[in-house]
Amino acid sequence: MRWTALLIASALVPTAWASDVGQVKVSKGTVHVEREGARLPGNVGMPIRQSDTLVTGADGSLGVTFADNSLLSIGPNSVLSVDKFSFNPGTHEGSFDTSLKRGTLAVVSGKMVKQSPDAMRVRTPASILGVRGTEFLVKIEEPGK
Amino acid sequence: MSARLAGALALALFASACAGPALREETVVLLPGPDGRVGQLVVQRENSRQVLDQPYAANVVRSDGRLEGARVSEQQVSQSFGTTLAALPARATTFLLYFLTGKDELTAESTADLEKILADMKSRPVPDIAVTGHTDTVGNTESNDRLSMQRAERVKQFLTGIGIPSDRIVTAGRGERELLVPTADNTDEPRNRRVEINVR
Repeated sequence: MRWTALLIASALVPTAWASDVGQVKVSKGTVHVEREGARLPGNVGMPIRQSDTLVTGADGSLGVTFADNSLLSIGPNSVLSVDKFSFNPGTHEGSFDTSLKRGTLAVVSGKMVKQSPDAMRVRTPASILGVRGTEFLVKIEEPGK
Repeated sequence: MSARLAGALALALFASACAGPALREETVVLLPGPDGRVGQLVVQRENSRQVLDQPYAANVVRSDGRLEGARVSEQQVSQSFGTTLAALPARATTFLLYFLTGKDELTAESTADLEKILADMKSRPVPDIAVTGHTDTVGNTESNDRLSMQRAERVKQFLTGIGIPSDRIVTAGRGERELLVPTADNTDEPRNRRVEINVR
């Protein structure tokens, strides 16, 4: 029943954002997006796709709004990979996995987490964070501090 | 390899396995939302699972693997995360638009909201708009999915009509899955027949 509804909804909902899952809305200092081995500038307006890695330098910070209204930002000296993002704007089903490799992250969860509380996960070197409709911060200290 | 060397190597491997890789210290902090409400965050680590559900509750993993619960102050948050928080994009603004019953026209109030949407967009660096149609519970899932999509597309026309580029607008039909006013099935409820706009 649920699957039928999902299939019908998917057929009806055009994916205007095709492979784009978000967009850079805030960009300061040294910032870039790694995509398929290429290093792209992380300017305001840059579309973000699944499998992109967001990277900031010592003076950089970056904020992205995703298709389900979730907001993510990273501070200086940070690396965040967008491992997976899928979202059906009709049913609000989807999944959103990111990994913070270093630095700091701020998250405001969006529509898909309201629909299914286990849809969004953030991985860090030591943990997996399950997001249940919330706002939170993550920091990984530099070695030797 | 001599037995002695093999033994020493095994011992070294054993010792490094016991010490484990040196961890980088990690901190997780749960924040209250703008309305003061707090969600939940499940922090899963190798041998532990902790649920944060209080504002400014924190969980720290030390470099030796020790876990600590903590509470941080707003001041500590702005000290450690100020730059990061400053880079968060502005939250989406939500508008609800309504059609006149049985007509292909927006209500007077919703027509006035079109101007507010435009003004909100102008306050953002690279604005885009998500338009989501909703129905009441009259009719079946399939027809309501179709109808809600039609409503969204119609509102997109109104938005492009006031000069918003169509490539900045995405539309979706949510059918009867998200009722503003909860009702039984097959209930005529004008407040549920709406189009939600998110400017972001």
